[in-house]
Amino acid sequence: MIVAALRVVTTNNVVHAALWLVVVLAGAAAQYILLAAEFVAVTQVLVYIGAVMVLFLFGTMLTRARIGAESDLNNSYKKLGIPVALVMLAAMGLALISSFGVEKLPQTATVVSSQEISDQIFGPYLLPFWALSFVLLAAVVGAIVLARKD
Amino acid sequence: MNLFASESEVLAPLVSGWFLEHAWLIPVVPAIAFALIILIGKRLPMKGSELGVLSMLSSLVLAAGAGYQWIQRTNSATEEQFVEPVIKSWSWWRSGGFDFGIGQHIDGLSVLVLIVVAFISTLVQIYSLEYLRGDRRYTHFFAALTLFSGGMLAMVLADNMMLFLLGWEIMGLCSFMLIGHWWEDDANSRAALKAFFTVRTGDAGLLVGITILYFSANNWTQEHLGVSGFSIRGISAWALSGAPNSTVITIAAVALFIACIGKSGQFPLHTWLPDAMAGPTPVSSLLHSSTMVVAGVYLVARLYPVFFVGLNILGGGGNLIMIIGAITIVISAALAFVQNDIKRVLAYSTVSQLGYMMLGLGAGAWMPAVFHIFTHAFFKACLFLGAGSISHSASHHSFDMKRDMGGLRKVMPITFITWIISTLALCGVFPFSGFFSKDEIIDNVGHNGYTNFMIIGLIGAFMTAAYMTRATYLTFFGEPRGASAGHSAHDSHEAHATHDVHDSLATHDAHDSGEAHGPHESGLLITVPLMILSVLALGSGFLNATPFGESWERMKLWVEPRHSEFAPELHHAPFMWSKASLSLVIVFAGIAISWLISSRLFTKRDPRLVGLTQRVKLLGLGHKFLVNKYYLDAFYEKVIVRSIAYPIASAAYWFNQNVLDGILHGFANATRKLSVWVYKNIDQRVVDATVNNSAAFTKSVGTAAQPTQSGKVSQYGALLFSAAAVAALVLVIINT
Amino acid sequence: MFVNQFLFLAAVLFCIGVYGVVARKNAVLMLMSIELILNSVNINLLTFALRNGSTDGHVFALYIIAVAAAEVGVGLGLVLLVYRNKKTISVDDLSEMRG
Repeated sequence: MIVAALRVVTTNNVVHAALWLVVVLAGAAAQYILLAAEFVAVTQVLVYIGAVMVLFLFGTMLTRARIGAESDLNNSYKKLGIPVALVMLAAMGLALISSFGVEKLPQTATVVSSQEISDQIFGPYLLPFWALSFVLLAAVVGAIVLARKD
Repeated sequence: MNLFASESEVLAPLVSGWFLEHAWLIPVVPAIAFALIILIGKRLPMKGSELGVLSMLSSLVLAAGAGYQWIQRTNSATEEQFVEPVIKSWSWWRSGGFDFGIGQHIDGLSVLVLIVVAFISTLVQIYSLEYLRGDRRYTHFFAALTLFSGGMLAMVLADNMMLFLLGWEIMGLCSFMLIGHWWEDDANSRAALKAFFTVRTGDAGLLVGITILYFSANNWTQEHLGVSGFSIRGISAWALSGAPNSTVITIAAVALFIACIGKSGQFPLHTWLPDAMAGPTPVSSLLHSSTMVVAGVYLVARLYPVFFVGLNILGGGGNLIMIIGAITIVISAALAFVQNDIKRVLAYSTVSQLGYMMLGLGAGAWMPAVFHIFTHAFFKACLFLGAGSISHSASHHSFDMKRDMGGLRKVMPITFITWIISTLALCGVFPFSGFFSKDEIIDNVGHNGYTNFMIIGLIGAFMTAAYMTRATYLTFFGEPRGASAGHSAHDSHEAHATHDVHDSLATHDAHDSGEAHGPHESGLLITVPLMILSVLALGSGFLNATPFGESWERMKLWVEPRHSEFAPELHHAPFMWSKASLSLVIVFAGIAISWLISSRLFTKRDPRLVGLTQRVKLLGLGHKFLVNKYYLDAFYEKVIVRSIAYPIASAAYWFNQNVLDGILHGFANATRKLSVWVYKNIDQRVVDATVNNSAAFTKSVGTAAQPTQSGKVSQYGALLFSAAAVAALVLVIINT
Repeated sequence: MFVNQFLFLAAVLFCIGVYGVVARKNAVLMLMSIELILNSVNINLLTFALRNGSTDGHVFALYIIAVAAAEVGVGLGLVLLVYRNKKTISVDDLSEMRG
């Protein structure tokens, strides 16, 4: 998964990057299942791998990127990006080790059923849900307006 | 709750009824009507106005039914029993543990205000049918008017503060829409903005107050009553329970009172109310005299326990509410003297009467103050509609008393009589309704030990009588002037454009063009509401006529909550004719003096009085001070707004010019100066190399600093993330 | 299973995403990197949901997925518009500053 993620940001081919991203997202879905989050994992597969990837590929197609290797996908800040990422990783790693150490996850945890999630969404988190619906609506309208040829 | 349930089992069971249980329908009807008017109003035969009128009528019927059943309910209770309000609540929405309810809280106070609001709204809508006929935004006007009534009704019967806030804000919005109804005129839209922002300033207090109350009361109310900290009933019980921290409740009360100051036009936020007269007259009548502005007073009356405890009412000395109320009474009454616009006189009079209500509430005279809401609504609505009638039919849409009115009593007999009745009621002349409420306030203020404030109240009564006499004289007596004398035809239109800021040309053209008309009496749709209101202005006082003994004090029986854990104990001043006659004498003195001066000044042109303000310097200064409204507006705009906005703008500009540019050019400039200095002072030949070096240094610093402002997103992102990474690392190292 | 096992994965994913955002020139690839960051956040949320035995994390993870979908939609719309106007989707060429 990490290799796939690295390939996403290093490959010289946009379509390859998108395909590697599929691998990463599928790996993330597997992690979700390990974390007893079935419903989220299924949603991940459906939404990300199903829909978002198609969007990306369409985006690549419509912007007429060459299907094939390109040499100038990276900008000159690559040199800056590597140390930044490493410093961040170091910071987070230090924090994680010092705070969690070798703590283990509860083994007895049962899979969270989608009923529980829906109870949460339509109970205490109803208002964010509404807000989210409006965000999606706005995004749909916005995407149409932006992409329309006029 | 348990304690209370067992208590009421012993006492007589309270009667309830369909109208009381379903009172929540009252605001729902106008809300639905609003949606219908917006959606299909334009296609209806009367452009949606019939929906507005119908919905208000049905609300009125529902409110009246609730009122009737409430009276039955109080009658079914024993003398000392607390009449339990009819409360219903549903959960509206929940988010992260907060439960926001929606519901009704029906008790005497809310029923009373519901009836007043529904009644006045109905009459005003009927009146508007005629007054706004032909207006280009006729449908929108009725939609906004209906939504306004819905908001006010919802606010009045709200069982919790969130719903209260909702209604309050709906009113604020509608008020903005209606004041700016003729927004093409610059003055109108400016007045609407001013009203909106001024009221919003106060609304911040309401939000703060509600939040404070919720977080401090929620635990207590959940534990004792099982309701959330938004519930009005819960907050009232909590405030009186002795549980609250006195500082917290004082801050909450002050915050809420700031909202009341904004909404009810109390000093020092009263400046928006007279300007709000730029809206159509029915709007002024409904919103800015009889209903919306009493929302602030209603808030104080509704959450009276909070104010009672928080501001130590009846605790001796003056408190914030009383002081603000008293200041408002006097300064706005004084302002009313210098106004030439009839609606502005009435607006300042409204401000002043609201001051009376606040004074009464602050002094523990709850019942008279609430009763004054009731009576004031009738006579003030009548006065405003009367003013509208005059301008509509007689003075060619002008509100200027000095230029376009005078001598109208003969041509407009109905308007004249209703006006006189309402004026007498406003002045508090026996047996008109104002007497029973206003005099009671003054009397009770004195009775509760605030002699100084009682004297201010009496001064206010004197001033009220005087300025109303002046306005009446200018309008109805003396010689007809300007438009009222029938000069409208040759009174050219550009003259109108200057003084006719209040009624836009929209109605003007639609209604008047081609009509050769002098002053005449208004149509039935205008005079009938006037007559109904004047009858009420005359008669409504008898509902709580203290002079005739206990049996006449119906309103007290029906409306005032009995002392209990939900209501503080209040005292009433025994009525004494000696005191009443004193205030009556003062009022008559006011009328007489003002009449004498007015007739001499405006009709006989007595040389001793004409131009007095020009001749006597002190008076002139005072006059100028009043005409400029104590320079409060100028103060707000010039000092406050500018002192906040201007430094921010200039600081930003300075930052732009000096800091940002300076960072990039500073190095360059500094080194260039240095090199110039070096060039001038040291021999060129010797230090040629140095100069070159410093120039190169300049260039290298410039180029080193320049790339950070490249405009490239990736670079900004890289810098942002690296800064974040370094900061995170520092934090982690510090914490471990 | 260790807590850190997942959290480290999330951290690594996050850093790779950051690197991608910084280093990539192509706008579509930048959006992909942002997806990586969002996924790492999701892993974190779900880990803590399991650790604390609550379902709140799941709800937020779902919300994040939905927001991410919206974001990709709008983002690609913007990219298309930029492409149409500038004939390029390289973010470096979008700078209109003269510096």
